[in-house]
Amino acid sequence: MEVKDKKSKESGILKRIAGPVVTAVNLDAHMYDVVKVGKEELMGEVIKISGEDIIIQVYEDTSGIRPGEPVINTGLSLAAELGPGLLTSIYDGIQRPLSVLVDKMGDFIQRGVSAPGLSHEKKWTFKPTVKAGDKVEGGTIIGEVQETNIVHRIMVPPTAKPGVVKTIKSGDFTVDETVCILDDGREFPMIQRWPVRVPRPVKEKKNPTIPLITGQRILDGLFPIAKGGTAAIPGPFGSGKTVTQQQLAKWSDAEIVVYIGCGERGNEMTEVLTEFPHLEDPKSGKPLMERTVLIANTSNMPVAAREASVYTGITIAEYFRDMGYDVSLMADSTSRWAEAMREISSRLEEMPGEEGYPAYLAARLSEFYERAGLVKTLNDRSGSVSVIGAVSPPGGDFSEPVTQGTLRIVKVFWALDAKLSQRRHFPAINWLNSYSLYLDSLHDWYDKEVSPEWNKIRSWAMEVLQKEAELQEIVQLVGSDALPEAEQVTIEVARMIREIFLQQNAYDAVDTFCDMKKQYDMMKTIRLYSDLAYAAQAAGVSPGQINATKSKNDLPQIKFIKDYKPALQKIEKEMDAEFTQLRSAA
Amino acid sequence: MKEYRTINKIAGPLLFVEKTEPIGYGELVNIVLYDGTIKRGQVLDTSDTLVVVQVFETTAGIGKDSGVRFTGETIKMPVGRDMLGRILSGGGKPIDGGPEIVPEKRLDITGAAINPWARASPNEFIQTGISTIDGTNTLVRGQKLPIFSAAGLPHNTIALQIARQAKVLGGKGEFAVVFAAMGITKEEANYFMQDFERTGALERAVVFLNLADDPAVERIITPRLALTTAEYLAFDVGMHVLVILTDMTNYCEALRQIGAAREEVPGRRGYPGYMYTDLAGIYERAGIVKGKKGSITQFPILTMPGDDITHPIPDLTGYITEGQIVVSRELHRKGIYPPINVLPSLSRLMNLGIGAKHTREDHKKVSDQLYAAYAEGNDLRGLVAIVGKDALSERDRMFLEFADLFENRFVRQGLDEDRTIQGTLDLGWELLSTLPVEQLVRIDRDLINKYHPKFRNAPKAT
Ligand SMILES: Nc1ncnc2c1ncn2[C@@H]1O[C@H](COP(=O)(O)OP(=O)(O)OP(=O)(O)O)[C@@H](O)[C@H]1O
Ligand SMILES: [Mg+2]
Repeated sequence: MEVKDKKSKESGILKRIAGPVVTAVNLDAHMYDVVKVGKEELMGEVIKISGEDIIIQVYEDTSGIRPGEPVINTGLSLAAELGPGLLTSIYDGIQRPLSVLVDKMGDFIQRGVSAPGLSHEKKWTFKPTVKAGDKVEGGTIIGEVQETNIVHRIMVPPTAKPGVVKTIKSGDFTVDETVCILDDGREFPMIQRWPVRVPRPVKEKKNPTIPLITGQRILDGLFPIAKGGTAAIPGPFGSGKTVTQQQLAKWSDAEIVVYIGCGERGNEMTEVLTEFPHLEDPKSGKPLMERTVLIANTSNMPVAAREASVYTGITIAEYFRDMGYDVSLMADSTSRWAEAMREISSRLEEMPGEEGYPAYLAARLSEFYERAGLVKTLNDRSGSVSVIGAVSPPGGDFSEPVTQGTLRIVKVFWALDAKLSQRRHFPAINWLNSYSLYLDSLHDWYDKEVSPEWNKIRSWAMEVLQKEAELQEIVQLVGSDALPEAEQVTIEVARMIREIFLQQNAYDAVDTFCDMKKQYDMMKTIRLYSDLAYAAQAAGVSPGQINATKSKNDLPQIKFIKDYKPALQKIEKEMDAEFTQLRSAA
Repeated sequence: MKEYRTINKIAGPLLFVEKTEPIGYGELVNIVLYDGTIKRGQVLDTSDTLVVVQVFETTAGIGKDSGVRFTGETIKMPVGRDMLGRILSGGGKPIDGGPEIVPEKRLDITGAAINPWARASPNEFIQTGISTIDGTNTLVRGQKLPIFSAAGLPHNTIALQIARQAKVLGGKGEFAVVFAAMGITKEEANYFMQDFERTGALERAVVFLNLADDPAVERIITPRLALTTAEYLAFDVGMHVLVILTDMTNYCEALRQIGAAREEVPGRRGYPGYMYTDLAGIYERAGIVKGKKGSITQFPILTMPGDDITHPIPDLTGYITEGQIVVSRELHRKGIYPPINVLPSLSRLMNLGIGAKHTREDHKKVSDQLYAAYAEGNDLRGLVAIVGKDALSERDRMFLEFADLFENRFVRQGLDEDRTIQGTLDLGWELLSTLPVEQLVRIDRDLINKYHPKFRNAPKAT
């Protein structure tokens, strides 16, 4: 882990230890320098300088460390190792591979062990894409490695000055071996290092116009997120943040997925690790694990490393974006990250802001989400990072600082609702409170790629749901039978939209993923029912008779059928027949 | 070992000691009183000028004349197989009149985090014999599933029934129970102990008792001692360990007390801002490790202050544990035992432990359908109170009746009634069959044809 030019390496001594925050003196240090703390050389980072005191957050447990022990400044800042070997890896918050940690220290996480993010022994087959004499600059792709089924594009580090290729190699190399030499003598290996707290540069940020298709009906259908967009998914415990994020990690049509388990459960990461290798990407047919990078700094792992985990994750995401890939990043949960900031801040005895969070909470949140985006990369490709952050508000109350700070920045809000999850309406996303600010910019895409009817039918469904909410208030007072007949039909249509379209079972082999075509077909059939039902009602058929029609009873089953078309056509035909009969009898 | 007499200040459970040699963070401290009594504490903050020590017992009797000995190591717990059958204090000292524990190992009580890479996914179904758990909130081996209760509700009875009846179908391996009491009354503790004795469970149990009149700060270490013991029994000895921690609310109160003594900026309702991380350090010590025989299943019990599930204690717990079983005052008032309200209850690992391979193929969908129908019927109760039953549609009336039926047949069961999972699922179908079959939208047709009472006995077309 390094970057920046070398500074004078200094060594100081520890003066005070209080949990994850320690104070050193006699140390020449700059902000965010990485230091080695104590005899065991625990990794830490300088987070405050106050007179003689250098205050350090330590990424490992500090039990047993004493005042007087040494502190060494590496003069480098916290950086990620970027290069072949990232995919399929699982890291802790400071990019130590968990599998390597098991080999080095057993089943439990001990301390004082360093482990590089990439294997420095493994050889990768490097195929050059430039030749001697070619001009290169920061970001230029100089070669390719077939990492998994994903091609890993090797780039000149983004801050490198332009130059001309003198020698470019081809063959099997470790990440440290030079693969490219420039005229001016500069040598590039495949690996590059980037300080995690600094965004990687791009040529230009563009406005997103293509949705990230997730296969989740309520998301794609009602509240879509764009590729390169930002979304927040807040909700009380047990409402479905993790399941939704995992669904996105599994089924969204991103090319690379970075999944950060930030201060959450160990078993959830294990579940991803056991499940993903056996799941296929619906697009490529390859195991999902091959496009995935996992970061797991669980709730009981050191808080300082939890704070770093989101930066490590987004840096890796940006790196793949720079190759021209569409990357999606899930952070579960950003609240735990914010709490880590709060914990560190309170140990620094900083003046607390709202609910004890540091005053810079909102700034950190927006800096993080700003690293999302659809961009023109330095090598003139189009790449994107979409960021989906879970938020865990205390008591499920959205008025708290992390939820509010997040909502000010993100463009999509998927509001989870405990009332829905308690009745097992999943995904428990409240259709009245949620929103997507991308609807306008994605309008044309849906028009072209799904159907010219889609945008209309979407608005129609939203209207019905809105209307139902108003009617429900009346129903609560007088009962549903007291409603005017046409509105009784509305209630029934809304129920169908909720139960058939919105509810989606993540654990059903078929229903777990629903492509846009099927989403449209399902909604169209509900619309057909609605048209027929209103027409019948207008013709004098009673709501009781309309509700008693049998053809719609098979509609929920469509979700569980893979080749649903014949069944759906049959239902539509029967619907038509039933209503024709009702109308003529009336 | 050097003894200091440099205590400068005593505030609540904290001692401020000056002019020491370099002392390690987290070190175990012995405080020697004038009469020779020794109390234990731990270093919370250490610097070249001042060491802050948190005392695990009452500070009564400690003064500036007391001696302070720093042991040079973090708190360790002697563990061994012969702990089974023993009763220890909340601080880990035998209180059953028996000999000291013969240690096979001495383990750090903080415990290290299990590397997620080393974890195995829990997926073995545990049958508790209680329908609201097995049927709708299934427990699996290695899960942490708390009971959210409130004062005056029968959470202890439920916990004991689970401990008595829990079994893995066709499962092998040795069982053990680790029971940690934090601040509960002597009477409650006796209730547990008598049941353990009656059923013979005591022989394979390790009991830690910190009672209501024991020092509150000691509660900070009680669950850690219990979990260190559990880890030893599970991962060294290879046993399947069920850990019952009660009452976590008292633990959190003790945590708040220490935070206040340290003059920390308090978080919600005065609890420390790091309570999430602290509780995670306890609850995450459950699970299964790849290649090891044993497992730790956790059953923490907590009482929600003011029956409020959004109170920081249940709230932070729910954010860490893998679901929760919620005990309801309303059902209790109706005279239903066990008064488990399934609606806010949840088992997140359920999906891993059910289905054709573990219980039965229809399990998930029956459970979903029972939830949906009960939730709908339960909502209608509010409406009926306003508009009366007559204003309901035919469909609504059926759901309303279903809700009553569900509570009286599915939820209600005897104190010693041990239902099989087949029995529970069949009961579920029987109740669902009171609804029109087209209302069963959560279940696919094939399963309905196979399990629905109306169809399952119908002659098959040949
Ligand atoms: N789309 C879905 N389909 C089926 N079940 C779901 C779905 N979403 C959530 N669930 C159910 O809800 C449970 C809780 O969901 P999840 O673990 O995602 O909650 P969470 O919001 O992440 O909670 P926490 O904040 O405590 O981590 C899951 O275990 C699952 O049973
Ligand atoms: Mg979650």
